[in-house]
Amino acid sequence: MNYSLDTLYEAYRLMKLIREFEERIRDEYQQGKLPGFIHMYRNQEAIAVGACMHLGNDDYIASTHRGHGHCIAKGCGIEDMLLELACKQAGLCKGKGGSMHIADMSKGMLGANAIVGGGPPIAAGAALTARTLGNGMVSMAFIGDGASDQGTVAESLNLAVVLQLPMIFMYENNHYAEFTRNPKPDGRIAERAGAYGMPAVTLDGSDFFAVYEAVGEAVQRGRDGGGPSAVEAVASRYYGHFEGDPQQYRDTAELESSRATSDPIVKFLADDRCRDLESAKIAQIDADIQSILDAGVKRALAAADPTPEQLYSDVYVSYRGEAV
Amino acid sequence: MSKISIREAINRVLHEEMARDERVVVMGEDVANRENGGVYGITAGLADKFGELRVIDTPITESAIIGAAGGAALTGLRPVAELMFIDFLGVCLDQLMNQIAKFRYMFGGRATTPVTIRTMIGAGSGTGPQHSAILYPLLVAIPGLKVVAPSNAYDAKGLLAQAIRDDDPVIFCEHKGLYTEECEVPDEPYTIPFGLARTVCVGTDVTVVAFSRMVLLSEQAAELLAAEGISVEVIDPRTLSPLDDEAILASVQKTGRLVVVDESNPYCSMASEVSSIVADKGFDYLDAPIKKVTAPHTPVPASPVLELEYVPSVADIVAAIREVAAYE
Repeated sequence: MNYSLDTLYEAYRLMKLIREFEERIRDEYQQGKLPGFIHMYRNQEAIAVGACMHLGNDDYIASTHRGHGHCIAKGCGIEDMLLELACKQAGLCKGKGGSMHIADMSKGMLGANAIVGGGPPIAAGAALTARTLGNGMVSMAFIGDGASDQGTVAESLNLAVVLQLPMIFMYENNHYAEFTRNPKPDGRIAERAGAYGMPAVTLDGSDFFAVYEAVGEAVQRGRDGGGPSAVEAVASRYYGHFEGDPQQYRDTAELESSRATSDPIVKFLADDRCRDLESAKIAQIDADIQSILDAGVKRALAAADPTPEQLYSDVYVSYRGEAV
Repeated sequence: MSKISIREAINRVLHEEMARDERVVVMGEDVANRENGGVYGITAGLADKFGELRVIDTPITESAIIGAAGGAALTGLRPVAELMFIDFLGVCLDQLMNQIAKFRYMFGGRATTPVTIRTMIGAGSGTGPQHSAILYPLLVAIPGLKVVAPSNAYDAKGLLAQAIRDDDPVIFCEHKGLYTEECEVPDEPYTIPFGLARTVCVGTDVTVVAFSRMVLLSEQAAELLAAEGISVEVIDPRTLSPLDDEAILASVQKTGRLVVVDESNPYCSMASEVSSIVADKGFDYLDAPIKKVTAPHTPVPASPVLELEYVPSVADIVAAIREVAAYE
């Protein structure tokens, strides 16, 4: 496959933006400036970017608790996200969602999800909308290796096949279900999906090009009425399950080695297909990212909290006695 | 006007709303079945008229049915999903409780989820422990859901049309023992706003708040007691969430006496909730202790003999009203 320079620069920009966004919020979190739990996506950036670069605002994704990368790759505003992670009134969800429930309907981002395996039935519903309206849109569920064992995922795989939904099961196998090593060999998750009757492939999730090409085929299949597909992207989780998890359950040598060998940004820049990227332009992208983050973090932390009355709003569209 | 049953009323609304709005789809187990239209024939004729893209038979997969209905609602459809029996909540509750009910709030009011979930409730058909429960109190307790339980064909028609046009998730509870109940129903479409109780019969001595099939039994009890000179006012809230507590309080203010009749198990039931509201906000109106008539704290038995013992009866309601009326 040939890649335009624009595509390559955009892929780099998005992966680097996710990386730097997360490193920045990690710092802020460690200083106690962000509430709740946050879950880091480092070294899985090629999956979100390689997958979402095929999607427009009218396509849908259902994300996971480890969802910042999916949001950014799907086009959510950086400052809007920072405001939400800081649980501010002007955040994407008015501070009522936070990191684990962040969503942006205007970008087709149907929510991070703090229930492991909660997203795939919802993504199947979005695919059902696309099928019913016949509008050529597709829906993608991000699913971790932990979530792959949930019944909701099995039910969604089956429903997607039975109804031939335009849906992509985008598995991210980072080998750890919270604190527990997933004993399944790489590829088993895709085999399961395939057994339901859909094309399913396993690939290196730190390889942007592999993800981009496989998901491109899956998305096209969905748009063409060819039904669902599954992609198992094998990656390595750099940080713990949540920020603050010291990963004492992991072998130090394995962790260090995986960190050193599975950085998707390093691999991307070293790839021969990126030989024509100019270092000055890369440096400019990096500088732009820093200024976006500097400004966004500053504004987010200074922004207004929700007012106490906002506790009560947004439960329903209409309340008692209101006719349609 | 035509005299039709609740079953026919629901079927008519589904036809009317599907014809009115092409975003309305019906999905669930056996709903497109051409011979029958589901277990009780509620969805009969829909697939023939609207086709299989809009009347969708699913596998037996409740989490996927309810979750996909929610996801479809979030993205522009107005699905009417069927959870065949409310007992099946157990295999899909997360999608309802943590996903659908919370979308609007956790996404900061920027999402709407116009999904209707039709489900069968209630004992009396010998269907035993896992096909006969009421369970709506579980759902009433969840912010973000609206819960409806009509007791006659007129209300069923107006409330279901409202549910489908409503922009919030609505659980529409159909009592199996009411499907054949008939009354006069306008032929044209209409809606009934949620949160407005219906006064079934006007009375001055005792207020009876009853839900779903218990409304019919309470009406019979009221008729029997009229002969004894006890004037009973029966209130059917029709919607359980939002609940018309103003109508309940206004009636208790008038009568000073309250019996609440609910086929739920007793703890954390609608009977508990109504009692609590009146004790909290209407204590000074009361001339007698509140009396609850509910099913016992047991599962629903299969034995018809035991089931008869389980479900509150007209005699139970009459006894409770007499007791409350006689209190000095």
